[in-house]
Amino acid sequence: MSTYAQKKGFGATLWDFLTTVDHKKIAILYLIAGGLFFLVGGLEAVFIRIQLAVPNNDFVSAGLFNEIITMHGTTMIFLAAMPLIFAFMNAVMPLQIGARDVAFPFVNAVSFWLFFFGGVFLNLSWFLGGAPDAGWTSYASLAIASKGHGVDFYILGLQISGFGTLMGGINFLVTIINMRAPGMTYMRMPLFTWSTFVTSALILFAFPPLTVGLVLMMFDRMFGAHFFEAAMGGNTIIWEHLFWIFGHPEVYILILPAFGIFSEIFSMFSRKRLFGYSSMVFATVLIGFLGFMVWAHHMFTTGLGPVANAIFAVATMAIGVPTGIKIFNWLFTMWGGSVKFTTPMHYAFAFIPTFVAGGVTGVMLAAAAADYQYHDTYFVVAHFHYVIVGGVVFALLAGTHLYWPKMFGTMLNETLGKITFWTFFIGFHMTFFIQHFLGLWGMPRRVFTYLPGQGFETANAVSSFGAAFMSVGVIVMLINIIVTSVKNVKVGNDPWGDGRTLEWAIPSPPPFYNFKQLPLVRGLDAYWIEKMEGKKGMTPAEPLGDIHMPNSSFLPFIMSLGLFIAAFGAMYHVDKVSWALPVMILGLLITFGAMFTRSVKDDHGFHIHKEELMDDDDKGVKA
Amino acid sequence: MHAEEKFTYETWPAAPEKSTLEAKNKFLGFWFFLGGETVLFASLFATYLALKDKVPNTNMPLAKDLFELPLTFVATMLLLTSSLTSVYAMYHMKNFAFSKMMVWLGITALLGAGFLGLEVYEFSHYVHEGHKFTSSAFGSAFYTLVGFHGGHVAFGLLWCITLMLRNAKRGLNLYNAPKFYVFSLYWHFIDVVWVFIFTVVYLMGMVG
Amino acid sequence: MKRLAKWRFISLFAILALVLSGCGEPYLSTLNPAGEVADTQYDLMKLSTLIMVGVIIVVMVIFVLVFIRFRRKDDTIPKQVEGSHKLEIIWTVIPILLLLVLAVPTVAATFKLADVSPMDKKNSKALVVNVRAHLYWWDFEYPGQKIVTSNELVVPTNEKVYFNLKSADVKHAFWIPAVGGKMDVNTENVNRFWLEFDDKKANDAGNLFYGKCAELCGPSHALMDFKVKAISKDKFDAWVTAMQDVKEPLKASTAAASEGQQIFNKSCIGCHAVTPANKMPDTARIAPNLSNFGDRSRVAGILEHNKENVKKWIKNPETYKPGNLMTGKYGNLSDDQIDALADYLMGLKVQE
Repeated sequence: MSTYAQKKGFGATLWDFLTTVDHKKIAILYLIAGGLFFLVGGLEAVFIRIQLAVPNNDFVSAGLFNEIITMHGTTMIFLAAMPLIFAFMNAVMPLQIGARDVAFPFVNAVSFWLFFFGGVFLNLSWFLGGAPDAGWTSYASLAIASKGHGVDFYILGLQISGFGTLMGGINFLVTIINMRAPGMTYMRMPLFTWSTFVTSALILFAFPPLTVGLVLMMFDRMFGAHFFEAAMGGNTIIWEHLFWIFGHPEVYILILPAFGIFSEIFSMFSRKRLFGYSSMVFATVLIGFLGFMVWAHHMFTTGLGPVANAIFAVATMAIGVPTGIKIFNWLFTMWGGSVKFTTPMHYAFAFIPTFVAGGVTGVMLAAAAADYQYHDTYFVVAHFHYVIVGGVVFALLAGTHLYWPKMFGTMLNETLGKITFWTFFIGFHMTFFIQHFLGLWGMPRRVFTYLPGQGFETANAVSSFGAAFMSVGVIVMLINIIVTSVKNVKVGNDPWGDGRTLEWAIPSPPPFYNFKQLPLVRGLDAYWIEKMEGKKGMTPAEPLGDIHMPNSSFLPFIMSLGLFIAAFGAMYHVDKVSWALPVMILGLLITFGAMFTRSVKDDHGFHIHKEELMDDDDKGVKA
Repeated sequence: MHAEEKFTYETWPAAPEKSTLEAKNKFLGFWFFLGGETVLFASLFATYLALKDKVPNTNMPLAKDLFELPLTFVATMLLLTSSLTSVYAMYHMKNFAFSKMMVWLGITALLGAGFLGLEVYEFSHYVHEGHKFTSSAFGSAFYTLVGFHGGHVAFGLLWCITLMLRNAKRGLNLYNAPKFYVFSLYWHFIDVVWVFIFTVVYLMGMVG
Repeated sequence: MKRLAKWRFISLFAILALVLSGCGEPYLSTLNPAGEVADTQYDLMKLSTLIMVGVIIVVMVIFVLVFIRFRRKDDTIPKQVEGSHKLEIIWTVIPILLLLVLAVPTVAATFKLADVSPMDKKNSKALVVNVRAHLYWWDFEYPGQKIVTSNELVVPTNEKVYFNLKSADVKHAFWIPAVGGKMDVNTENVNRFWLEFDDKKANDAGNLFYGKCAELCGPSHALMDFKVKAISKDKFDAWVTAMQDVKEPLKASTAAASEGQQIFNKSCIGCHAVTPANKMPDTARIAPNLSNFGDRSRVAGILEHNKENVKKWIKNPETYKPGNLMTGKYGNLSDDQIDALADYLMGLKVQE
């Protein structure tokens, strides 16, 4: 029971994290890895804005610029936003439903390591001959024509990390269905848990088409197939469909958890129950469902014909309705409340006008005939940054401040947090608001430069200036994290004082078994109900007894490492180097060997005995 | 009920595949996994239909020139029968009849191996007729769809054999009963996928 | 204090928005629509913006009221409200109605802009242009007129022009922002659509619209520009006749130019045609047709049209369009040779 050890050296801690199956530690791993990739993606964004600050700039070359935009998009979506969302899902969701862990702790670790190795593999492209350069959408004709190994890194890296995400989705679904505490009915689940649930379902159905698309492209580029080669009967539109059947739900995979985090924040810091809880749940499910019906609005100009375009235009507009329901419910949650402007609340409050701006441009884009003008221009760039930065990144920053004490047992500094907010917020609007107009004035997206005399100069300069503000915000946040970690002032169960859901009823950070006794849930906002009745904590639903816990394992790491190695073999196999095929086989053997070991070696876990749990009471919390 | 507990015919629960929390999770998780697999195969089917008979020149064989009913019919029968025998195996698993279960699982594996053998023969036959993975978009799509299914069958075979060898001396308990059950779910799934392949690829292919 | 800062911030934005609502350049901006297609799209933009501004105002009013009225003052616990069916029905039904108002004209416009039926009619008089996109240049064939030109599209104003779009290599997108939305140029199928160029607006824009590639297609995607000369029907007909009259490559008029022509015939003619007739199949037209090069307004679609730039371009095209397919195809030419070549090319004019 290594988790019980009090003081550990660096080596032991490292080993602990390499082998952990504890959802709270995996959350920390996701947070660190996702955070690092966020910084990498942010740096790429800064390079983009420097290059575009003035016309005819040569800060980076044309080819390198395409690599930077591709990696910026891919990194931000797959390696920063999703893992950071997974960090909060892992950290909070099991606590919110009163579970001791996720359904498959071992698989949870596999998910993380697959994502991690996939992400590392993708980023190694910078050092091994150049990054992918066909855009994050990697449209097939350009991707097939792309020279070097850049696009191969994209194909293989995303396949590896995609498997991890898919397993994570299944894991969360089963956890929420099977492992809710007594009394935690579906309609008492906090909204973040609901959004985790719907998001996981979206992941389950959206990632396989991406995997298929990537496999087809892998076969084309590495094994001589002709799916996308027009001369051989192939068709690149297949890629567009597969990519967007994944890609559009992906947008909701990102934004729904953000909605979930904001729902928690609005309710907490207004000290009010979420307004229209059941319609919020309904809207979340509906958005998830409609998310699968609208993918072709990314392809209005592909030439699908007016019938398809009209259908997808109307379906897309329909999504505006449940989203609008959510906005008004949030506003009315605050209405009549007692709103405290903490750092998380700053983000949540600013999110409303920002996201409404992104949402209305979304409806404008849905008007197919008008979209022929917006498509692939800076108008679209502005739109999706308004929803993804204004929605997802704001939520992630808010979530970081909100859940930091729950994850690490200490509060981030509020003053620094607000400085981060203001610089980031102002910088964000400065960077992206003006890009709507750039698009309307005729500036296409993904251009490495623009010629003078087209009226683009001033607006681009303003946009680049704004990016500097955003960077300052992120740097202040890093300082905040360092300062907070050094000071390490410990906090209690409910550091914000306004906690409503189960995670605030237990210590920060929670013990590794989360709940000594599973709590009895008596309604929505379970902890709030108890607090209002003057109780200090939850009423237990079971007598104190032995707790069954899973064993740590190094196999998830090895399993993922195997695929990482195999990917190198598959990639260099194209160059006809002699070691490529053996390396690929070796890697697959490692992965399948690890799976085989996992399969034949019994792993019954271990029990924490009642007596140990009683001892814990006196000594307080151990993580 | 504990996973390691020893059972007799009398104490063996009615639904051993979901009588512990771990087993329930495994059972449900696997259903979700199959949901994802369904979307995966749906994407492959869509790709195949879009690229069916898309060849670079008129000399190359098309679906109607290639497929023959007898061979694929035998293959279909083998796989359908193996699905039935895996049902028998699960019937005996629920009745705590370990050795009977093993026999039926063995038959299931043999039928699966027979199916795979036919598929290998079929592929090599097509390659001789000039229908290759690298010869056209049609070829790429055909081998990817049918090959993905074949890969699933091969994986299922390895899985089945591993399960049988690992548990040969242990008999049934609540730790391995869900494993057998989940395998049988998987086996049914690839059987259903094959029914679609048989219809969409072969029958519709022969009609033209 | 903080509230004040916020108000100042909002008003700053309002001023900024006013400044920004400038409509961009008349030859480039979608906010200066110059034809039926762009007009339709601009109307849709205005309608959707109007509806959306309404939504924004409603949200902002509630937002500001919340900010002013419901900040935490003391530790009282507010009333826990479950929701309100009446309100929820209101903010479900009203958006649905608003979206219907937008959806109907959207669907109508979508069908209108996709109507290319005149292309299929027998003996149709509709003007058709076959656009073939290449890594970083555009080929324009007029099948009815049997002529070809490149990088500079010439069209008559006040009539519908129909386009067939096909790519020669990777996917591109064909876009003339001021005149109408874009259409993808696919590798496996021909996409068709139409545009109409308004005469008055064309005059405002100096009869020259900017066209762009709107789909990432490689390093020089940003530089895959083309120009559209929109002229009256009479002038267009005259241009067509002048082009059709060029049966043989135009003869150089000066000594330097004829030296250039010799160099051209040795080093360049393998790829570049100098007769406008569309005798070669489109797959054989692997480089821009230069028959009327001297009449054009840009070198390589991007550089100002003068002899110096022609020389610079020939000297090192890679500097101006990274990843282009011309670099390295014609050996090393001396400065004198390039000078002569530029003289020849600048003299390739079909019209005075």
